[in-house]
Amino acid sequence: MTTTTDTFTGHKGLELEVPLLFEEGSYEKSGVDMPEPSGTSRLGDLCAEQPVELPAFAEPQAMRHFVRLSQKNYAIDMGIFPLGSCTMKHNPRLNERMARLPGFADVHPLQPVQTVQGALGLIHELQHWLCELTAMPAVAMSPKAGAHGELCGMMAIRAAIEAKGEGATRTKVLVPESAHGTNPATAAQCGFTVHKLPATEDGRVDLAAMTEKLSDEVAAIMVTNPNTCGLFERDIREMAEAVHEAGGYFYCDGANFNAIVGKVRPGDLGIDAMHINLHKTFSTPHGGGGPGSGPTVLSDALAPFAPVPAVVKSGESFEIIEQAEGDMEQAFGRMVAFHGQMGMFVRALSYMMSHGADGLRKVAEDSVLNANYVRVRLAEEMTQGYPGTCMHEALFSDRWLKDTGVGTLDFAKAMIDEGFHPMTMYFPLVVSGAMLIEPTETESKASLDEFCDSLLGLARAAKAGEKERFTQAPRYAPRTRLDETKAARKPVLKWTPANPEAMAAE
Amino acid sequence: MTTKFTKDHEWVRVEGDTATVGITKHAAEQLGDVVFVELPDVGNSFTQGDDMAVVESVKAASDVYAPVSGEIIEGNGSIVDAPETVNDGPEEGGWFVKMKLSNPSELDELMDEAAYKEHAANS
Repeated sequence: MTTTTDTFTGHKGLELEVPLLFEEGSYEKSGVDMPEPSGTSRLGDLCAEQPVELPAFAEPQAMRHFVRLSQKNYAIDMGIFPLGSCTMKHNPRLNERMARLPGFADVHPLQPVQTVQGALGLIHELQHWLCELTAMPAVAMSPKAGAHGELCGMMAIRAAIEAKGEGATRTKVLVPESAHGTNPATAAQCGFTVHKLPATEDGRVDLAAMTEKLSDEVAAIMVTNPNTCGLFERDIREMAEAVHEAGGYFYCDGANFNAIVGKVRPGDLGIDAMHINLHKTFSTPHGGGGPGSGPTVLSDALAPFAPVPAVVKSGESFEIIEQAEGDMEQAFGRMVAFHGQMGMFVRALSYMMSHGADGLRKVAEDSVLNANYVRVRLAEEMTQGYPGTCMHEALFSDRWLKDTGVGTLDFAKAMIDEGFHPMTMYFPLVVSGAMLIEPTETESKASLDEFCDSLLGLARAAKAGEKERFTQAPRYAPRTRLDETKAARKPVLKWTPANPEAMAAE
Repeated sequence: MTTKFTKDHEWVRVEGDTATVGITKHAAEQLGDVVFVELPDVGNSFTQGDDMAVVESVKAASDVYAPVSGEIIEGNGSIVDAPETVNDGPEEGGWFVKMKLSNPSELDELMDEAAYKEHAANS
């Protein structure tokens, strides 16, 4: 790219540069004027001997620093966020309005339960919706993210195995090669050894190979459905029967529940435990806007081992069971200090009630329709990971980029220049140079067309030999191509002043 | 001295009852710039197909499997200190470990160079 004349300020139009706090702040001044203390210090010889050298700011300067940084972010409120396996859908403002109602927003977890009956009623109602949608008898509400929900499910499985006296012998967990990395990590965290499940040619779990691996040493299988290739596991019922036959349990990773909510009930498939990412399927914010929430539904076989606390209805009022006793004496324990992510519960129930059961079914249908629209349009230039229709996400390999000198990473960087957040890359590992696109039901046809037109244009440019357009991308982002290798091999983890003497002399 | 290859893109070069193991040039190219390597401790024994080492690039972290059964007798510290060594010469200076073979007949199941080349071209 030819560079235009540099500006005197370093700003590019209204895209403003932001120095580090340490570079921008003052080491001499303070944002708040305090009177000099009089009298003798009671700290005695505990007084600081040197200034702590933290930068300080006047309030407007601090505001500008963080607002400028925030403008460099990309968000679902700005454009399509096609990260596969993440379900980056619109977070309706209605959810936010409900979550800010003082009766929900201002409650404290240590308040007497008589004073928070409404909040407990909401948790109870959400439990009901989650159990109905999944055809499961119980749900643990406290897990605070998807991986935490996995841990909850696997701890319940371990508790059930120990209760049967098989703790020492059932030590293996079978996980497909395409699984989210958290699955084997969770199994290992629970003390199991992880063994791989091979896939079929068309990207599903190989039922025959799985059955062969089952034995009285297998504690559980952990399978995602739809899987991370965006494909429904056709043999899932047979898989459940086989693992139950062998005395093991079926953990299902519910990260992709958005594809089947309202259409398929995991309990009907024979699943024993599944976490539900409220921040995916039920539209509560992700990441920085989070926190996440991962309630875990449990089958009859695992329900007795659900962790405390639990909200129950007793007559006309609600109670929290805090101890592993009485009806919950077999609980495997407690995972968190309190009851879970109240703000996320409010948002998720708001989403469910505003959509209704039929609306949630439409969510799944539209998310699958959108993904297949993207799949068919992009297949014009790009190679699918596996043939055939997909569920909520479309998977492509890098085969179509062969001999172009452009890789998946370069292609993703060029998407940033087009104003898109890239898709998930290099995952799942079973497909070379994977590009996993999940548009969700949020996107309109116009939005999908703009996205597809742009990606097809880029694909043609790559095939036409415009290599630099990709290897130098992003060219229009606040920072251009970063040296990721150097960042990983020689990370700079500590700020040091460019000119220490000048700073000391200030 | 013979060099054999696995479908998971490891190579194994055998001299007497000692095998030198690494990842293939094709694997190194697919991984991209290697930024981290974790090797097994000397004295550990592995069965063919076990997870033995970890190699991480800017794209992904991958397991390296034991191409044959045996005991680790040496690890290549230079790839731990300078992971780029793997990219510079994956089938030379970028070797991972040396093993003492416990079942040399396992080598017969592995691919020769010509068969591996064809496998890599199709994977």
